Amino acid sequence: MLKNRIIPCLDVKDGRVVKGINFVELKDAGDPVEQAKIYSDGGADEICFLDITASNENRETIIDIVRKTAKECFVPLTVGGGVRTIQNITDLLLAGADKVSINTAVVKNVDFVKEASKKFGSQCIVVAIDAKKVSDNKWEVFTHGGRNKTGIDAVEFAKKVEESGAGEILLTSMDKDGTKSGYDVDLLKSITNSTNIPVIASGGVGTLDHLYDGIVKGGASAVLAASIFHYGEYKIKEAKEYLNSKNVSVRL
Amino acid sequence: MNVTIVDYQSGNISSVINSFTEVAKGKVNLDVTSDINKIKSSDKIVLPGQGSFKSCVNSLNKISGLVDTLKDFVITNKKPLLGICVGLQMFADIGYEESETKGLGWISGKVSKIDNQKGKFKLPHIGWNEIEIQKKSKIFKDIKNKSHMYFVHSYEFIPDDKSVISATTNYSSKIVCSVERDNLFGTQFHPEKSDKIGLKVIDNFLRL
Repeated sequence: MLKNRIIPCLDVKDGRVVKGINFVELKDAGDPVEQAKIYSDGGADEICFLDITASNENRETIIDIVRKTAKECFVPLTVGGGVRTIQNITDLLLAGADKVSINTAVVKNVDFVKEASKKFGSQCIVVAIDAKKVSDNKWEVFTHGGRNKTGIDAVEFAKKVEESGAGEILLTSMDKDGTKSGYDVDLLKSITNSTNIPVIASGGVGTLDHLYDGIVKGGASAVLAASIFHYGEYKIKEAKEYLNSKNVSVRL
Repeated sequence: MNVTIVDYQSGNISSVINSFTEVAKGKVNLDVTSDINKIKSSDKIVLPGQGSFKSCVNSLNKISGLVDTLKDFVITNKKPLLGICVGLQMFADIGYEESETKGLGWISGKVSKIDNQKGKFKLPHIGWNEIEIQKKSKIFKDIKNKSHMYFVHSYEFIPDDKSVISATTNYSSKIVCSVERDNLFGTQFHPEKSDKIGLKVIDNFLRL
């Protein structure tokens, strides 16, 4: 039986982890390679890097980090943030990323998914959708970290990216992100019910129960979380053991 | 020992290179090339494959003499080859991804889309699934039944001769996830992405 995945996400800015794990044994708390290694040794099913570097000059740093991480972590590595061109994807894949997550570039032009999945295969194209609730059971796609409204309906958009060849959807609730009050389960349900590709839930995890809700109530195939793992509140293993105790199948 | 990972310009093989490099360290000389002469003189070959069946077969055919060289290596000279993902699928006679495409025909059978029972199972089949070992296989030495491996695929290999199947995995039905026939090995899962247990599969292959 296919297992539900737990994916820790590391935010990387100018080559350094922000909001990183606060473990005493870390030699360098800002080193993304070292943190990724801790997660993969701890049982993470995948590792996700989100590059939040603002300036273009420092874009190269993420390539270097991916290269180093891929030599030490032998679980799938997803990289997102600032991916706008086919060349960006090529660079990340050549450096050792297994999947690339695309966001704004797809909102601007959904054919970019088609082009990318045709060239590299659907298996490595993840479309990140940032959605915000606009009325009852209605969500809209936002870009630029929730600042820019697009007028695009999130459910319709999810269907469209599936048709265009996306292999997975990384769905973040902009209302919930950073609140630690749990995923937007209704949003998740709406998207998982109307698409046939795996959906990764993101935004809002504060407790292990939230992970359970994302999978069981929301229908997500994988759950992504940042802060509950970074600050050492929970280890990946604890999260998996908890889910397992509630009959959610995970890789132990 | 010389092991060659065939680089035929199809998909992303960085992870395959990284994991084989890690396991081969100090033991095996590893080459990544499509050079026919290098391949001929190798002791073992790894045939990765990403993207569609059609695009992988087309890429192999684009390199003059490559398909014949691989066939000689495997069928005539009976030297070990490991196919990974679409690398395994191409062993078949025929594949149906994008359009009907002739495969390498090393193990008769076909590659068709996983029956997802009208949307009950999401495709691609992405993530960690347990393998059920069906017969003793050299590449599964010291690997426990029901070990977790990492999968990413929407198509499955259906061999005519079921005795080649060395492991299956359960996803909507029993999917063939590895085959072994004499010197020919293939995994549908990605050993290079399957953590320590995947590296063990690679190690077993390199130790053959």
